[in-house]
Amino acid sequence: MNSSRLPAAEFDVEEVVRAAHPADTADLEPGTEMLRVLSPDGTMASGLTARIAGETVDFTPYLAADAEHLRSLYRDMFLIRRFDQESTALQRQGQLALWVPLTGQEAAQIGSGRALAPQDYAFPTYREHGVALTRGVEFAEILRLFRGVTNGGWDPRERNFHLYTLVLAAQALHAVGYAMGMQRDQLADPSLPPAASIAYFGDGASSEGDVHESMVFAASFDAPVVFFCQNNQWAISVPSSVQAKVPLAQRAAGYGFPGIRVDGNDVVAVEAVTRWALEHARSGRGPVLIEAYTYRMSAHTTADDPTKYRLSRDEQEWQSRDPLVRLESHLRSAGLADDTFFGDLDAEARTMATELRRAVLAMTAPDLADRFAAVYAEPHPLIQEELRFFEQYEAGFADEGKHA
Amino acid sequence: MSTMTFGRAINAGLRRAMDNDPKVVLMGEDIGKLGGVFRITDGLQKDFGPHRVLDSPLAEAGIMGTAVGMAYRGYRPVVEIQFDGFIYPAFDQIVCQVAKLHYRTQGAVKMPITIRVPFGGGIGSPEHHSESPEAYFTHTSGLRVVSVSNPQDAYTMIQQAIASDDPVLYFEPKRRYHVKGEVDEAADPASSDMGAARVVTEGTDVTLVTYGPLVPTARDAAVAASDDGTSIEVIDLRSLAPIDFATVEASVRKTGRLVVTHEAAQSGGLGAEIAASITERCFDYLEHAPVRITGFDIPYPYSKLEFHHLPDLDRILDGVDRVMRRPNSLSGLEGAPTPQGAAQ
Repeated sequence: MNSSRLPAAEFDVEEVVRAAHPADTADLEPGTEMLRVLSPDGTMASGLTARIAGETVDFTPYLAADAEHLRSLYRDMFLIRRFDQESTALQRQGQLALWVPLTGQEAAQIGSGRALAPQDYAFPTYREHGVALTRGVEFAEILRLFRGVTNGGWDPRERNFHLYTLVLAAQALHAVGYAMGMQRDQLADPSLPPAASIAYFGDGASSEGDVHESMVFAASFDAPVVFFCQNNQWAISVPSSVQAKVPLAQRAAGYGFPGIRVDGNDVVAVEAVTRWALEHARSGRGPVLIEAYTYRMSAHTTADDPTKYRLSRDEQEWQSRDPLVRLESHLRSAGLADDTFFGDLDAEARTMATELRRAVLAMTAPDLADRFAAVYAEPHPLIQEELRFFEQYEAGFADEGKHA
Repeated sequence: MSTMTFGRAINAGLRRAMDNDPKVVLMGEDIGKLGGVFRITDGLQKDFGPHRVLDSPLAEAGIMGTAVGMAYRGYRPVVEIQFDGFIYPAFDQIVCQVAKLHYRTQGAVKMPITIRVPFGGGIGSPEHHSESPEAYFTHTSGLRVVSVSNPQDAYTMIQQAIASDDPVLYFEPKRRYHVKGEVDEAADPASSDMGAARVVTEGTDVTLVTYGPLVPTARDAAVAASDDGTSIEVIDLRSLAPIDFATVEASVRKTGRLVVTHEAAQSGGLGAEIAASITERCFDYLEHAPVRITGFDIPYPYSKLEFHHLPDLDRILDGVDRVMRRPNSLSGLEGAPTPQGAAQ
């Protein structure tokens, strides 16, 4: 067979870069408004309105831009990036099996996470370290999975933050089902505070059937759920143009609920838009899709090599839109934070990293025997039988050391 | 005691579970207004409302994934998969999520989901409507799998499955939905164990293990064999995961011979697991290698051919002849008995 006659399965890197990253992303897809408050140069708009699903929505009441709040957003973003760097180092040194970097996506994650109310419930992918921080998950707890001592790391019920889901998009359906449960709880007890769930997924996972089905179910049952898609441009090595030919936010129209594209590197806009969407969902008006347009500045995981599929020029372009740099510019130019603030934060982050390293090195695996007990909620004779065998077998090696 | 059909017994069991626990919700395609394509949920939406009996969009992964979320929130979803062959779109959610969330969360999150699956052949349906997919699920740690064979078990075990804090696949033999039987509706589901197999017919020569739709066939085979002087002990497994090996093993130690029959294909099926496990557990008691009488390793055939495919009374008795070392279809009906140790 002459393979040159077949349609090209590959994409041209130069072409992709031109398509996905023109100089001004506002021109990227005509007709798609990308909501933004904080510009890459650090200037902040005083309000935000947009046409959403045929209606003018004023997001201004949802903007939180007082000095203390902005500093706390910066602090979260700074700490989680430092955490990301330390985790990458731990993996390189063989202390973690794998690491999934989030650098570049801090604003999308911190902004959306900070918009959540305590009674809301978040369903993450495996990259939502920033959202985890906003839900009170300890830094070291996040690394337990990557250290290989658990499949989870925290009690999801204590944080209203589900464990990481590694099978793409499966959690989108869980978020919808959970929201349907919230809906029924509210019916049974109207005194409960209105609540919503939020489903995180990426541009790659947007192609999964589970995302489609979750949006169908959410629309059918008016489930109080927000779909939060971080379009970080790359599904490992495949650009988002292979996943979608129209802006992902526009897909919401096909399901009959609002879709919003927000500058995912603008933490202030992300938070405001997410707060609006959550309120929309909690008030019984149904789901919302948010597409946070951002960029994965690092590799997909520590096992990935982005130099094989994207250009350094591409990466450099996005560095000028770095979510931390733009908020720092704003804080400095508006006189909201000075060198002391940034110096203190750096010291705090270094202490955090040191403690994190100590905690990771101290992590040990539980007994395999414990794992038998966790499979079922109720007694299971065959698992118990295999456990008895395992323990007997292991006991046979108990004296091995003495005779060595 | 009242007499009711198999299908009605499941309906009555669902109704009782919903009466007893407001967290029990039913989800599935066409289960509300229509009452399901087999009418198993007939009248339940009318009596419990659309918030507890949900006519879902037509998407099996969607049903299963949202059921996971509902269970996460504290509900006990009972999911209906319309036909056996339609469960595969939900396979990922069942195997990666339903089965593993208790383990992944160290028990913090339970998955008390019941997945009802009308299964098996014999109703003259087109492709994908007559399958026996149980082995895919018995192979998956974290799931419990049961199959019911009579109205009383159907009534009791659906309640036990719903009450279980573990996910349970509940396989219903759709060709027996119209079979009538006595049901004690006052029976307390907590007083029996859905994990226990049941000796249906006692016997001394051959242990015949089956479940679901073939239990009545096996019982008929035992009656026919007794006319020829062979005493068959029929065991209805009821639970396919875990298997009650203690009951099967006790029987085989008595009879020394084992035949397993199911509609599902032979390779990698329940029969293989039972034959291997019983051989490991009581090899010295066996008079003959265990024999499997199963559906063939072909896609489920056209309905005009299905009764050549499904194990029936004669095929089961042929298997009995093999373990009894009588002339059989392998040895040649007029020929010599299978030599000891020969491949089956």
